[in-house]
Amino acid sequence: MSETSKSSRSAPNMTRRLFLIGGSVVAGVAATGLIVGAGWLASHDTEGLSGKIDEDGTARLNAYVWIRPDGSITLGVPRTEMGQGVFTGLATLIAEELEIDLDDPRVSVVHPVEQLAVYTNFMLALDGVRPEDQTGPVMWAQRKLFASFPYIGTGASVSTMGAWVSYRVAGASAREMLKSAAARRWAAPIDELVADRGFVVHAGSGQRAAYGDLAVEAAAMPPTRRPDLKPASEFRRIGRDIPRVDLRAKTRGEAIFGIDAGPPDCLYGAVAMGPLLGAGVASFDGRAARAARGVVDIVQGPDFIGVIADSWWRASKAAELLEIVWTGGDSTFSSETHAAAMRQVVATGATGKVRETLGDAQAALTIGALVTADYSAPLQVHAFMEPRGGTALFHVDGTAEMWGSAQSPLALRWGAEGGAELAGIKIKGDVVCHVAMTGGGFGGRSEKREFVQAAVMAARVPGRAVKLIWTRQQDIQHGVYRSHAAARLEARLNDDGAPLAFRAHVAAQALQESFALRNLPQMAGGDLMDDEFGIEGLANLPYEIPNVEVRFTHMQTPVQIGFWRCNGHSFNVYFAETFIDEMARAAGRDPLEYRIAYAKDKRGRKVLERLKDLSGWGVPLPEGWARGVAFKPSFESFVGQVAEVSVAADGAIQVERVVAVVDCGVVVNPDIVRSQIEGSIVWGLTAGYQGGITYRDGVVEQSSFADYPVTMMKTAPRRIEVHIVESAERPGGVGEPGTPPIAPAVANAIFAATGKRLRELPIQLLA
Amino acid sequence: MAIILTVNGESRSLDVEPEKPLLWALREDLHLTGPKFGCGLGQCGACTVQLNGAAVRSCLLPVGALAGASVDTIEGLTRSGALKSLQDAWIAEQAQQCGYCIPGFIVAAHSLLRQTPQPTDAEIDAAITNICRCGGYLRAKAAIRRAANATGAAL
Repeated sequence: MSETSKSSRSAPNMTRRLFLIGGSVVAGVAATGLIVGAGWLASHDTEGLSGKIDEDGTARLNAYVWIRPDGSITLGVPRTEMGQGVFTGLATLIAEELEIDLDDPRVSVVHPVEQLAVYTNFMLALDGVRPEDQTGPVMWAQRKLFASFPYIGTGASVSTMGAWVSYRVAGASAREMLKSAAARRWAAPIDELVADRGFVVHAGSGQRAAYGDLAVEAAAMPPTRRPDLKPASEFRRIGRDIPRVDLRAKTRGEAIFGIDAGPPDCLYGAVAMGPLLGAGVASFDGRAARAARGVVDIVQGPDFIGVIADSWWRASKAAELLEIVWTGGDSTFSSETHAAAMRQVVATGATGKVRETLGDAQAALTIGALVTADYSAPLQVHAFMEPRGGTALFHVDGTAEMWGSAQSPLALRWGAEGGAELAGIKIKGDVVCHVAMTGGGFGGRSEKREFVQAAVMAARVPGRAVKLIWTRQQDIQHGVYRSHAAARLEARLNDDGAPLAFRAHVAAQALQESFALRNLPQMAGGDLMDDEFGIEGLANLPYEIPNVEVRFTHMQTPVQIGFWRCNGHSFNVYFAETFIDEMARAAGRDPLEYRIAYAKDKRGRKVLERLKDLSGWGVPLPEGWARGVAFKPSFESFVGQVAEVSVAADGAIQVERVVAVVDCGVVVNPDIVRSQIEGSIVWGLTAGYQGGITYRDGVVEQSSFADYPVTMMKTAPRRIEVHIVESAERPGGVGEPGTPPIAPAVANAIFAATGKRLRELPIQLLA
Repeated sequence: MAIILTVNGESRSLDVEPEKPLLWALREDLHLTGPKFGCGLGQCGACTVQLNGAAVRSCLLPVGALAGASVDTIEGLTRSGALKSLQDAWIAEQAQQCGYCIPGFIVAAHSLLRQTPQPTDAEIDAAITNICRCGGYLRAKAAIRRAANATGAAL
């Protein structure tokens, strides 16, 4: 098993907790009889290939392909479109086999409202194992278990990996059902029929029928469960730059994001939250707020007060009139003190837990490290363009409906259920959850908190929807954060400069526990020192090093840690890849040649070799310019980047050019891959070179883009070139693996230009 | 007291507090949700509309100050065809990730190209201070250049 598949397995581990809940259900069922348990599990359809006809005449050929009486074809993609292109990419997989084109005006793509078992993100649920590899009785039971929730969600860069086979099967099965219907109607042998761009054609008789014309008969046909899938040589859509299906509406202001979704006659909600970490409401005086124009009601939650009004602007103004006495909360936590504590731990302690051991790094380093470096990184927030919020509606009949920008309908559902519980009401039936176009996700939209708040407010006004919107200040100060971290890295080289020993100690805050405590049903926690996200990017370095020790110390704080694009990779790869650069320099070797020489994996070596050619590594640059390189396999893809920077007389740094080489296996849509890598680079530059989140006395010090600056048009690299390595491997992720290399590549270029090693993020040097 | 202004070429009467920001009057009272709420502080540009033809950030602009003014949003400018070359360029460059910022970018770019039909990269950098957290800046810049080349001074 390659290095990358190990590291990518770390991402979904929080779902083990869900498995525990499921496991107890299974155990309970098993106690009453194993056969009954197996039957209960088997009742969850994890293929979704059977057809049915809706009351309105819509023919559902399977869970992914619906054809309406007017002939329009809807492809259901149960993953959140949050910018990563999943509506286009996953729909392309279905369309390739179904033989339809996504630019056909009859074709549209939606996130289904139904929470079907088959929509479960099996790869996220089952520890990163690809769905087509999920075989055997244990996997069968686990798949059925997650399907029983069903565990639908988007993240960890697994959407394309998870869909690669199953969505093509769905497209092919639907196509065969349409052909079967035509064969029956025309009394023609099915193997004489051809599916072509929305029509079934019989060349011999010249007969031709649109899919819409065949759909109702097709839906009654038995599905083809194991259809032959096209070989790559016959792909007409996969591998091409299919334009994004959601772009036209977005250029016209017509796309419905979470903030736009739900009934237009909704009420609006604004909240007040305590400034201190973890503060609750002791009491409040809402008289002035209640008297404000347009205010409908004021709702007390455990840690917030909500104002419902006929306008969000009125609600937010009224919320400022609330006089709230807060209780509890931590008034002592400060990032500066904590950063010092983290640095102290990694400098002195054999604390925490050794998480990776190879050979004997201890022995190799007792004679002293040749290279030692200490690093740190602050908290980071998502700061997606669309602030947090959500819309809740409790119908008068007791049912509930939710709308929002969310990486999982479960966040919406748990939001409604949490809100109902706080409000002391019962929800009738399943919560209807509408996942909207999402104005940026980056891992941060799997949180239920804002949806709980919306639901608590909506519970006060049955029959009316309440649209909650957080202010930008709240989005920055009350979000969840990427962990802060510090690390000490040590290495010893052989006489020939080869890496002999590598030792790392990283201190950070465990992510999976923090997420689980906030969002998942409660159960016994695991060992916080086992957090996968704290070590990813430092463990399993992609280089041949005979003696390795990686130690992780979880350091508890009251800060809420959440998923954030590439998680631990975002700081650990900065540490590791600037450190490898230091090792190469200490060995007197070229940093790119050094990486190539000791690259562990041949796909990685190829990426580095291509990078050397394509970047013009070694070709002289203008005065004041320099190059830096970094490389990291993550999320089952290999990405290397060379950054060229220029240093102005005043020391200001401009990233002039970035060359990225990517091996992400078979590419479904090359332009979306390029776009994701470009965006990942800008994202990584923000975290590395713009700002960070800091607490002082329990309060977040930043509150807007003024003090949490992000990369702008002016500070973005002047050029980004993305080169994709041709590969026949199964697809890897592309949403995240472009981020880890950029900050270290730029830092290594800054070193090459200035001789300065910058080890504390963020580095505020960009012009 | 109602405030009368022209929105997307039509006279509209807004019975709202004069200090209500234009963004919220557009979104809540006129159901024009193309302009987006991003920061409420005039920093990110997601709420950009045109006021008497010039790009402005609508989240801080009180409607009370706009009596008699002419406001154009992404919806109106789309309908009139004014944005066609920019929208085509955005599609040609596939300049999108989540797309939440696009209406603001396109309306701001339209205003820039009317003033400076052939902007240099430095002029684009200086004029387009909208934020795209997905990091699609280079494609947005390429789209603006493409639209400038396609339309010349005709915009």
